[in-house]
Amino acid sequence: MIAGASQFTAIQLMIENAPVFIVLAAALAVNLRMAMYSASLQPHLGGASLPQRALAAYVNVDAAYALGILKFEEEPDWSPKDKFLYFVGTMALMFPLWVVGTWVGAVAGDALPEKFDLEFAMPIMFLALTAPLVKTLAHLGTAVTSVVGALLLSFLPSGIGILLAGLVAMAVGAEIERRRT
Amino acid sequence: MNYSEATIWAIIAIMGIGTYLIRFSFLGLIGDRKMPDWVLRHLRYTPVAILPGLVAPLVMWPQATGGEPDPIRFAAAAATIAVAWWWKNMLAGAAAGAVTLAVLVWLVPA
Repeated sequence: MIAGASQFTAIQLMIENAPVFIVLAAALAVNLRMAMYSASLQPHLGGASLPQRALAAYVNVDAAYALGILKFEEEPDWSPKDKFLYFVGTMALMFPLWVVGTWVGAVAGDALPEKFDLEFAMPIMFLALTAPLVKTLAHLGTAVTSVVGALLLSFLPSGIGILLAGLVAMAVGAEIERRRT
Repeated sequence: MNYSEATIWAIIAIMGIGTYLIRFSFLGLIGDRKMPDWVLRHLRYTPVAILPGLVAPLVMWPQATGGEPDPIRFAAAAATIAVAWWWKNMLAGAAAGAVTLAVLVWLVPA
Protein backbone atom coordinates (compact mmCIF):
# COMPACT_ATOMS: atom_id res chain seq x y z
CA MET A 1 0.00 0.00 0.00
CA ILE A 2 3.15 2.20 -0.06
CA ALA A 3 2.13 4.43 2.86
CA GLY A 4 4.91 4.28 5.43
CA ALA A 5 3.59 6.71 8.02
CA SER A 6 0.16 5.10 8.33
CA GLN A 7 1.61 1.58 8.55
CA PHE A 8 3.86 2.81 11.32
CA THR A 9 0.90 4.32 13.19
CA ALA A 10 -1.08 1.10 12.86
CA ILE A 11 1.77 -1.06 14.16
CA GLN A 12 2.33 1.19 17.16
CA LEU A 13 -1.34 1.04 18.12
CA MET A 14 -1.49 -2.73 17.55
CA ILE A 15 1.49 -3.22 19.89
CA GLU A 16 -0.61 -1.42 22.51
CA ASN A 17 -3.59 -3.67 21.70
CA ALA A 18 -5.84 -0.78 20.75
CA PRO A 19 -9.38 -1.66 19.51
CA VAL A 20 -9.46 -2.47 15.78
CA PHE A 21 -11.57 0.55 14.84
CA ILE A 22 -9.08 2.87 16.59
CA VAL A 23 -6.21 1.28 14.65
CA LEU A 24 -8.06 1.79 11.37
CA ALA A 25 -9.27 5.32 12.12
CA ALA A 26 -5.82 6.50 13.18
CA ALA A 27 -4.02 4.86 10.26
CA LEU A 28 -6.45 6.27 7.71
CA ALA A 29 -6.40 9.73 9.33
CA VAL A 30 -2.67 9.89 8.63
CA ASN A 31 -3.49 9.54 4.93
CA LEU A 32 -6.42 11.97 4.76
CA ARG A 33 -4.21 14.78 3.40
CA MET A 34 -4.00 12.68 0.24
CA ALA A 35 -7.65 13.46 -0.50
CA MET A 36 -6.45 17.03 -0.91
CA TYR A 37 -3.62 15.90 -3.18
CA SER A 38 -6.24 14.03 -5.18
CA ALA A 39 -8.42 17.13 -5.50
CA SER A 40 -5.50 19.34 -6.44
CA LEU A 41 -4.41 16.92 -9.17
CA GLN A 42 -7.90 16.79 -10.66
CA PRO A 43 -7.55 19.94 -12.82
CA HIS A 44 -4.36 18.41 -14.28
CA LEU A 45 -5.13 14.70 -14.52
CA GLY A 46 -8.94 14.72 -14.60
CA GLY A 47 -8.84 14.52 -18.39
CA ALA A 48 -6.91 11.25 -18.37
CA SER A 49 -8.80 7.97 -18.86
CA LEU A 50 -10.29 6.12 -15.89
CA PRO A 51 -7.60 3.37 -15.83
CA GLN A 52 -4.93 6.07 -16.02
CA ARG A 53 -6.53 7.98 -13.15
CA ALA A 54 -6.84 4.75 -11.15
CA LEU A 55 -3.10 4.09 -11.57
CA ALA A 56 -2.15 7.70 -10.81
CA ALA A 57 -4.21 7.49 -7.62
CA TYR A 58 -2.34 4.35 -6.58
CA VAL A 59 1.06 6.08 -6.78
CA ASN A 60 -0.18 9.39 -5.32
CA VAL A 61 2.31 9.52 -2.42
CA ASP A 62 3.83 12.72 -0.97
CA ALA A 63 6.94 12.69 -3.13
CA ALA A 64 5.13 11.84 -6.40
CA TYR A 65 2.56 14.52 -5.70
CA ALA A 66 5.19 17.16 -4.91
CA LEU A 67 7.27 16.43 -8.02
CA GLY A 68 4.20 16.20 -10.23
CA ILE A 69 2.49 19.40 -9.14
CA LEU A 70 5.80 21.32 -9.39
CA LYS A 71 6.19 20.21 -13.02
CA PHE A 72 2.52 20.76 -13.95
CA GLU A 73 2.71 24.38 -12.77
CA GLU A 74 5.75 24.88 -15.00
CA GLU A 75 4.16 23.20 -18.02
CA PRO A 76 0.52 24.34 -18.23
CA ASP A 77 0.36 23.35 -21.91
CA TRP A 78 0.90 19.64 -21.32
CA SER A 79 -2.05 17.40 -22.20
CA PRO A 80 -3.55 15.24 -19.42
CA LYS A 81 -1.82 12.27 -21.05
CA ASP A 82 1.61 13.97 -20.89
CA LYS A 83 0.97 14.83 -17.27
CA PHE A 84 -0.14 11.29 -16.50
CA LEU A 85 3.03 9.86 -18.08
CA TYR A 86 5.21 12.26 -16.11
CA PHE A 87 3.41 11.47 -12.87
CA VAL A 88 3.61 7.70 -13.22
CA GLY A 89 7.13 8.00 -14.67
CA THR A 90 8.56 9.70 -11.57
CA MET A 91 7.10 6.92 -9.47
CA ALA A 92 8.45 4.23 -11.80
CA LEU A 93 11.90 5.68 -11.13
CA MET A 94 11.35 6.09 -7.41
CA PHE A 95 9.78 2.75 -6.65
CA PRO A 96 12.77 0.47 -7.42
CA LEU A 97 15.06 2.82 -5.45
CA TRP A 98 12.57 2.72 -2.59
CA VAL A 99 12.66 -1.09 -2.52
CA VAL A 100 16.47 -1.21 -2.88
CA GLY A 101 16.79 1.51 -0.23
CA THR A 102 14.61 -0.43 2.20
CA TRP A 103 16.74 -3.54 1.60
CA VAL A 104 20.04 -1.66 2.07
CA GLY A 105 18.63 -0.09 5.23
CA ALA A 106 17.64 -3.47 6.65
CA VAL A 107 20.98 -5.11 5.79
CA ALA A 108 23.44 -2.29 6.38
CA GLY A 109 21.59 0.26 8.53
CA ASP A 110 23.70 -0.46 11.60
CA ALA A 111 26.93 0.29 9.71
CA LEU A 112 26.07 4.01 9.48
CA PRO A 113 27.56 6.14 12.23
CA GLU A 114 24.80 7.60 14.38
CA LYS A 115 26.04 11.15 13.82
CA PHE A 116 25.25 10.76 10.15
CA ASP A 117 21.56 11.45 10.67
CA LEU A 118 19.88 10.57 7.43
CA GLU A 119 16.39 11.07 8.80
CA PHE A 120 16.83 14.81 8.23
CA ALA A 121 17.17 14.13 4.50
CA MET A 122 13.36 13.92 4.27
CA PRO A 123 12.66 17.46 5.60
CA ILE A 124 15.48 18.82 3.43
CA MET A 125 14.06 17.22 0.27
CA PHE A 126 10.52 18.46 0.91
CA LEU A 127 11.68 21.98 1.79
CA ALA A 128 13.77 22.09 -1.40
CA LEU A 129 10.75 20.91 -3.39
CA THR A 130 8.34 23.40 -1.84
CA ALA A 131 10.43 26.59 -1.71
CA PRO A 132 10.40 27.20 -5.51
CA LEU A 133 6.58 26.98 -5.43
CA VAL A 134 6.42 30.14 -3.30
CA LYS A 135 6.04 32.78 -6.00
CA THR A 136 3.50 35.27 -4.69
CA LEU A 137 2.40 36.86 -1.43
CA ALA A 138 -0.54 34.44 -1.42
CA HIS A 139 1.83 31.47 -1.58
CA LEU A 140 3.92 32.93 1.23
CA GLY A 141 0.86 33.49 3.42
CA THR A 142 -0.22 29.90 2.74
CA ALA A 143 3.18 28.42 3.61
CA VAL A 144 3.53 30.43 6.83
CA THR A 145 0.00 29.49 7.92
CA SER A 146 0.75 25.85 7.16
CA VAL A 147 3.91 25.82 9.30
CA VAL A 148 2.39 27.72 12.24
CA GLY A 149 -0.83 25.68 12.08
CA ALA A 150 0.96 22.33 11.90
CA LEU A 151 3.17 23.22 14.88
CA LEU A 152 0.25 24.52 16.97
CA LEU A 153 -1.91 21.48 16.15
CA SER A 154 0.84 18.88 16.51
CA PHE A 155 -0.76 17.65 19.74
CA LEU A 156 -3.68 16.24 17.72
CA PRO A 157 -3.59 12.60 16.53
CA SER A 158 -1.13 12.09 13.69
CA GLY A 159 -2.53 13.35 10.38
CA ILE A 160 -5.39 15.46 11.79
CA GLY A 161 -3.29 18.51 12.65
CA ILE A 162 -1.74 18.73 9.20
CA LEU A 163 -5.14 18.28 7.55
CA LEU A 164 -6.73 21.16 9.52
CA ALA A 165 -3.65 23.37 9.14
CA GLY A 166 -3.65 22.64 5.41
CA LEU A 167 -7.32 23.55 4.98
CA VAL A 168 -6.86 26.85 6.83
CA ALA A 169 -3.66 27.59 4.88
CA MET A 170 -5.45 26.96 1.55
CA ALA A 171 -8.22 29.36 2.57
CA VAL A 172 -5.62 32.00 3.52
CA GLY A 173 -3.90 31.66 0.14
CA ALA A 174 -7.16 31.78 -1.82
CA GLU A 175 -8.36 34.81 0.15
CA ILE A 176 -5.12 36.76 -0.39
CA GLU A 177 -5.34 35.97 -4.10
CA ARG A 178 -8.98 37.10 -4.27
CA ARG A 179 -8.27 40.41 -2.53
CA ARG A 180 -5.28 41.24 -4.68
CA THR A 181 -6.91 40.60 -8.06
CA MET B 1 -0.23 -7.96 20.39
CA ASN B 2 -3.51 -9.83 20.87
CA TYR B 3 -5.19 -10.04 17.49
CA SER B 4 -6.18 -13.15 15.57
CA GLU B 5 -4.48 -13.72 12.25
CA ALA B 6 -7.77 -13.01 10.46
CA THR B 7 -8.12 -9.68 12.27
CA ILE B 8 -4.59 -8.62 11.28
CA TRP B 9 -5.24 -9.47 7.64
CA ALA B 10 -8.54 -7.59 7.79
CA ILE B 11 -6.77 -4.52 9.20
CA ILE B 12 -4.17 -4.67 6.42
CA ALA B 13 -6.85 -5.08 3.74
CA ILE B 14 -9.05 -2.25 5.03
CA MET B 15 -6.05 0.07 5.39
CA GLY B 16 -4.99 -0.71 1.84
CA ILE B 17 -8.45 -0.20 0.35
CA GLY B 18 -9.17 2.87 2.49
CA THR B 19 -5.87 4.53 1.58
CA TYR B 20 -6.52 3.84 -2.07
CA LEU B 21 -10.04 5.29 -1.93
CA ILE B 22 -8.67 8.45 -0.25
CA ARG B 23 -6.13 8.88 -3.05
CA PHE B 24 -8.65 8.06 -5.77
CA SER B 25 -11.48 10.20 -4.33
CA PHE B 26 -11.57 13.51 -6.18
CA LEU B 27 -9.30 12.52 -9.02
CA GLY B 28 -11.33 9.42 -9.82
CA LEU B 29 -14.87 10.60 -9.27
CA ILE B 30 -14.80 14.12 -10.69
CA GLY B 31 -12.83 13.13 -13.76
CA ASP B 32 -12.97 15.70 -16.49
CA ARG B 33 -15.76 17.87 -15.08
CA LYS B 34 -14.77 21.47 -14.45
CA MET B 35 -14.83 22.49 -10.81
CA PRO B 36 -16.08 25.96 -9.77
CA ASP B 37 -13.54 28.79 -9.76
CA TRP B 38 -13.51 29.23 -6.00
CA VAL B 39 -12.66 25.55 -5.53
CA LEU B 40 -9.88 25.77 -8.09
CA ARG B 41 -8.55 28.89 -6.39
CA HIS B 42 -8.25 26.96 -3.13
CA LEU B 43 -6.76 23.89 -4.77
CA ARG B 44 -3.97 25.93 -6.35
CA TYR B 45 -2.60 26.41 -2.84
CA THR B 46 -2.69 22.73 -1.82
CA PRO B 47 1.04 21.94 -2.22
CA VAL B 48 2.14 25.09 -0.41
CA ALA B 49 -0.52 24.48 2.27
CA ILE B 50 0.42 20.86 3.06
CA LEU B 51 4.10 20.21 2.36
CA PRO B 52 5.58 22.92 4.66
CA GLY B 53 3.32 21.80 7.52
CA LEU B 54 4.28 18.18 6.93
CA VAL B 55 7.95 18.86 7.62
CA ALA B 56 7.65 21.73 10.14
CA PRO B 57 7.43 19.44 13.20
CA LEU B 58 10.40 17.40 11.94
CA VAL B 59 12.49 20.57 11.72
CA MET B 60 11.23 22.00 15.02
CA TRP B 61 11.60 18.79 17.03
CA PRO B 62 14.17 16.66 15.18
CA GLN B 63 14.52 12.97 16.00
CA ALA B 64 18.31 13.23 16.07
CA THR B 65 18.25 15.37 19.20
CA GLY B 66 15.41 13.44 20.81
CA GLY B 67 12.93 16.19 19.93
CA GLU B 68 14.93 19.12 21.31
CA PRO B 69 14.94 22.19 19.02
CA ASP B 70 18.40 22.34 17.45
CA PRO B 71 20.19 25.36 15.85
CA ILE B 72 22.13 23.10 13.44
CA ARG B 73 18.93 21.71 11.91
CA PHE B 74 17.32 25.15 11.77
CA ALA B 75 20.39 26.36 9.87
CA ALA B 76 20.24 23.42 7.44
CA ALA B 77 16.52 24.02 6.83
CA ALA B 78 17.09 27.75 6.32
CA ALA B 79 19.93 27.11 3.85
CA THR B 80 17.73 24.66 1.92
CA ILE B 81 14.83 27.11 1.65
CA ALA B 82 17.05 30.10 0.76
CA VAL B 83 18.98 28.35 -2.02
CA ALA B 84 16.00 26.44 -3.47
CA TRP B 85 13.89 29.60 -3.49
CA TRP B 86 16.49 32.06 -4.82
CA TRP B 87 17.65 29.87 -7.71
CA LYS B 88 14.26 28.12 -8.13
CA ASN B 89 16.23 24.89 -8.06
CA MET B 90 15.28 21.90 -5.94
CA LEU B 91 18.55 19.97 -6.26
CA ALA B 92 20.68 23.03 -5.45
CA GLY B 93 18.54 23.63 -2.36
CA ALA B 94 18.75 20.01 -1.20
CA ALA B 95 22.54 20.02 -1.71
CA ALA B 96 22.91 23.29 0.23
CA GLY B 97 20.89 21.87 3.13
CA ALA B 98 22.79 18.57 3.19
CA VAL B 99 26.21 20.30 3.09
CA THR B 100 25.18 22.78 5.81
CA LEU B 101 23.98 19.93 8.02
CA ALA B 102 27.08 17.78 7.43
CA VAL B 103 29.56 20.63 8.01
CA LEU B 104 27.84 21.92 11.15
CA VAL B 105 27.42 18.45 12.66
CA TRP B 106 31.13 17.84 12.00
CA LEU B 107 32.25 21.23 13.39
CA VAL B 108 30.07 21.37 16.49
CA PRO B 109 30.91 18.77 19.14
CA ALA B 110 27.80 16.88 20.23
